[in-house]
Amino acid sequence: MAVPLAFFGLFFAYPVAAIVGRGLKTDAGWQLGRIGDVLAEPGIAGVLWFTAWQALASTALTLLVALPAAYVFARLDFPGKQVLRAVVTIPFVLPTVVVGTAFLALVGRGGLTQELWGVRLDTTVWAILLAHVFFNYAVVVRTVGGLWAQLDPRQEEAARVLGAGRLAAWRQVTLPALAPAVAAAAVMVFLFTFTSFGVVQILGGPSYATLEVEVYRQTAQLLDLSTAAVLTLVQFAAVAGILAVHAWTVRRRETALRLVDPARTAHPPRGTGQRLLLGGVLLTVALLIVLPLGVLVERSFDTPGGYGTGYYEALSRAGSGGGTFLVPPLEAVRNSLEYALAATGIALLVGGLAAAALTRRAGPFVRGFDALLMLPLGVSAVTVGFGFLITLDEPPLDLRTSWLLVPLAQALVGVPFVVRTMLPVLRAVDERLREAAAVLGASPLRAWREVDLPLVRRALLIAAGFAFAVSLGEFGATVFIARADRPTLPVAVARLLGRAGDLNYGQAMALSTVLMLVCAAALLVLERLRPDKTSGEF
Amino acid sequence: MSTTTRRLAATALATALGASALTACGGGSGDGSAADGSGKPAQKTVTLVTHDSFAVTDAVLKEFEQQTGHTVKVLNSGDAGTALNQEILTKGSPRGDVFFGVDNTLLSRALDNGIFTPYEAKGLDAVKPEFVLDAQHRVTPVDSGDICVNYDKAYFADRKLAPPQTLDDLAKPEYKDLLVVENAATSSPGLSFLLATVGKYGDGGTSQGGASGGGWKDYWAKLKANGVEVVDGWEQAYNERFSGSAGGKKAKGDRPLVVSYASSPPVEVLYAEPQPAEAPTGVATGTCFRQTEFAGLLKGAKNEAGGKALIDFMIGKKFQEDMPLKMFVNPVVKDAQLPELFTKHGAVVEKPETVAPDAIAKNREQWVKTWTSLVVK
Amino acid sequence: MTLLELAGVSVRFGGRAAVDGVDLEVAEHETVCVLGPSGSGKSTLLRVVAGLQPVSEGRVLLGGADQARVPAHRRGVGLMFQDHQLFPHRDVGGNVAFGLRMQGASRAAQQARVAELLELVGLPGAGRRPVSSLSGGEQQRVALARALAPSPRLLMLDEPLGQLDRGLRERLVVELRELFTRLGTTVLAVTHDQGEAFALADRVVVMREGRIAQAGTPLEVWQRPASEFVARFLGFDNVVPATVSDGSAVTPWGEVPVPEDSPRGDHRLLVRPAGVRLAADGLACEVESRTFRGAHVALRLRPAGGPALEAECDLAGAPAPGDRVAVAFAPSEVVVIPASQAP
Repeated sequence: MAVPLAFFGLFFAYPVAAIVGRGLKTDAGWQLGRIGDVLAEPGIAGVLWFTAWQALASTALTLLVALPAAYVFARLDFPGKQVLRAVVTIPFVLPTVVVGTAFLALVGRGGLTQELWGVRLDTTVWAILLAHVFFNYAVVVRTVGGLWAQLDPRQEEAARVLGAGRLAAWRQVTLPALAPAVAAAAVMVFLFTFTSFGVVQILGGPSYATLEVEVYRQTAQLLDLSTAAVLTLVQFAAVAGILAVHAWTVRRRETALRLVDPARTAHPPRGTGQRLLLGGVLLTVALLIVLPLGVLVERSFDTPGGYGTGYYEALSRAGSGGGTFLVPPLEAVRNSLEYALAATGIALLVGGLAAAALTRRAGPFVRGFDALLMLPLGVSAVTVGFGFLITLDEPPLDLRTSWLLVPLAQALVGVPFVVRTMLPVLRAVDERLREAAAVLGASPLRAWREVDLPLVRRALLIAAGFAFAVSLGEFGATVFIARADRPTLPVAVARLLGRAGDLNYGQAMALSTVLMLVCAAALLVLERLRPDKTSGEF
Repeated sequence: MSTTTRRLAATALATALGASALTACGGGSGDGSAADGSGKPAQKTVTLVTHDSFAVTDAVLKEFEQQTGHTVKVLNSGDAGTALNQEILTKGSPRGDVFFGVDNTLLSRALDNGIFTPYEAKGLDAVKPEFVLDAQHRVTPVDSGDICVNYDKAYFADRKLAPPQTLDDLAKPEYKDLLVVENAATSSPGLSFLLATVGKYGDGGTSQGGASGGGWKDYWAKLKANGVEVVDGWEQAYNERFSGSAGGKKAKGDRPLVVSYASSPPVEVLYAEPQPAEAPTGVATGTCFRQTEFAGLLKGAKNEAGGKALIDFMIGKKFQEDMPLKMFVNPVVKDAQLPELFTKHGAVVEKPETVAPDAIAKNREQWVKTWTSLVVK
Repeated sequence: MTLLELAGVSVRFGGRAAVDGVDLEVAEHETVCVLGPSGSGKSTLLRVVAGLQPVSEGRVLLGGADQARVPAHRRGVGLMFQDHQLFPHRDVGGNVAFGLRMQGASRAAQQARVAELLELVGLPGAGRRPVSSLSGGEQQRVALARALAPSPRLLMLDEPLGQLDRGLRERLVVELRELFTRLGTTVLAVTHDQGEAFALADRVVVMREGRIAQAGTPLEVWQRPASEFVARFLGFDNVVPATVSDGSAVTPWGEVPVPEDSPRGDHRLLVRPAGVRLAADGLACEVESRTFRGAHVALRLRPAGGPALEAECDLAGAPAPGDRVAVAFAPSEVVVIPASQAP
């Protein structure tokens, strides 16, 4: 408990409090009147309203679209399942600018929707919502599907034998068991979309603004810290409200469940219903995720002289001309992987300890801490980033220019994923299994390793995958952290896109493709770490 | 075999986790020695804090290091506005020694916040005097560049239409629905273009498009009536909507006019394979706003001598002549040679619009607000 | 020699005492069965001994050593859980070998011991099977093998046969009894099934509401239930108030002969069903129902006065429901339960 508390205190609570304090406190004392002033500004209420409802709508839509997929990935066996599971996570790691490009190809001018139905969705709120589904699909599939795969299907069968219909059995037995994971996924999707920035701007156009955009403008552009502080507080209040609702609804739901080996719960689709479901999910994935990603890949080969590998060749030459601007892709891949591994490690360490502590304790303090861990998802990256600047400036903690700050900031976003994916599974582990291990001579630590770890390994790997993807995609405050020139893949892509020139654009597409491959490969390796079945490890 | 691979992978992951756990503890417990990055000879390291677009040829930097014995560490810190604001926040306890990347739209804010120590750089006399905006030499001009409307040559050639040249042209009916600009609230070129119109038409007029002297608000009302499109950032404008760019072609962009840089056409030539004889895009030279970028010695710099040497170096001929092909900006010293690419494909902007830095500082927020309600909403 | 000693052990949850001042000794090589209805605190008692449940009061000694500061994993006792709690992520062999691994046994030693134990519990060669493929009886055997594998000095069984069907249970009880005798294992088991307890145990401890109601050999407890509660828990329902005088007692059923050494005065009186015999002359009853129980027939009789009577008779000549019969009481099957000892 101490490590996660210290981590959050030092790298989240303190910086954020400091920057808010800087905004609201002058020599004349606290300027709490600013809160009223800012809230009274026309436009702010509108921004808040839009931010909240688009987040709610996005969350609902994502759940609607992704829950069937969670089932399909958990319970059905089909060829290419593992690869596809990695693919749906790719959107997570791509820079927003790139995703915007890909998505416009789907819903924008000349995009698929226009060619098929004559509908253009860019600059409408639908484009924003769909893009949020695109981004967060994996959150639901992985968090919910991870638990689903381990639920004993016999319980649902038992309910059906007792006369419940298929749907009723699902509603009465499976859904309650899944509730914590569904709620966790919903909260994460909500927080992500609540603080959505790039997607809203690129797909919605300048007439749509979220709180996040306003905070960014006020802080990074206008340096109006007091307005930014008020907006941050508003964000806080909204996020805290959601977290309170979440804590209240799932508090008593996380109970011991019968967990079984996921390898045994999946089976090939049976009957028309399951085949239709599988087909529907595959079609959705193809349209919503594979197609936009495919556009990027297609463009990376679409050179002026026809299809070819010209952009990739250019990439491999990059850096030979010298200069600090262009990065050899291999170096960027290495930088990305190094940062991501470090961030994943930190997130697993902090999140794992937090989840373990939360499993074994109860009470309002623990619930508060539980919520605290989620807050970084709902607070502006720019607030945290600027907070770092003014707090981590004194030795012994002058981390402002240290490379370590990057994985630390990324871990801040990764930890909630680790906690949220591990907690439901950890809480579902029957306490008496630990006791069984104890009377057989296993110390508490050993019992954790022998009982909890194997049972949560799957959740752990899922969590690691998230933390890794979050880091690979350069989420959160990292954008605002100064770093010595060790550009990662997303940074390199952004730099290429920031310049005119066919070669730059093409290389950006090629490098995005490389980023996708790195992400998919890393996730597949993570999935492979799972030892097959249960054979004793002695 | 699969077991072996799995075990190897598991070991690798475990090692990585272990290692990062260690570093995490190191960070958490406050091991300050790691924080300085490059280690002990801090005196000999000069840290340059700058925005993400900064670039220099390695060999040029090497030359500085050989000449002066100072090793340069470059810290990229977001876009120009973000980077400067971060410096203002950390005033007195800066992350580096020199800050580069204050432009004239941000200059007053930087100076008002007093983050720089005055330093008259050696070789300042070689700098064209019109760029030296601060008499106290708190900042030293390093480069300049123009933000102008670019046009897709093929589009206008195909339609036998003359491309627009001036701001007035853009409001003409023959260019209806052709221009895409960036959001002045979130994009630096967007703001510059707004400032160009402020410089040209003045701060008078009414947003109602009345009969009065025709300030920038009236002009924008006309632009809006003429179908100007606003997108969030340069990347979307140039790579998605502009028909003259590689990305725009693939994305079926249909706007042949875009707010970009005067250096964009040479860049289009440089980054094409094979390089075309002529740039595919041109510059409307009557639509430009001139940006000058400055460097300054940060107050509280740990390596002041190194910082001074670095500023000197940045207005030296070597660096000045390296800039155009690395950052696509113009030198500010008199004797610097422009590369052939620029002289051949670049535009000569005779009379760019300008707005005084203190006027920008004073009115910027209000202008952006007015512009937003006028054009975006 | 005493292996386990509980001295004044109490466990309280909130205000309720689950275990209330229990004293208990288990000698080496002895099999003790704690018998009681659910909620009597017997499972808590096992958890206390295992170190999974801290005591509110009292001491637990194993081999004479106070276990207050010894955590569960260092007590060297085995516990077989009611629902087995096999590790779902390990196969049969992995489950059985778990304790041996914790002891740091060599892999060869583990494999040998696993094979030996699987043989012992009648599942030879099952080491590679996943536990989810096991039937209830097989899980039971694996759980037993797992508990036995590290050779615990005390083996505790929580409702060891509770979930099994009757035939299997009866067979396994005999097997277990033989096994423990052969291995010389010290066993503390809890169950709510008296048949199981009597078949398995050297000594039986009956618990009620956290306290010990009676302790003794199965024969002692069977023959002389110490209280009406114990008697009824053992399945004897022929219990009535009685005024005992010399050689006989006055009861709602009339006069009943009692053994000679019975205490006199107002007590309770138990007549075991075998002691209710059809006679030509005696208490008039109507047969309410009859149930065939293998070698004999159990009858439920409604006497003219007093509560219903359970009786046993031979298959041949068993009366049918509705028949009118007369019964006499055999003093050898009559027990006077001293009222003062009734808790």
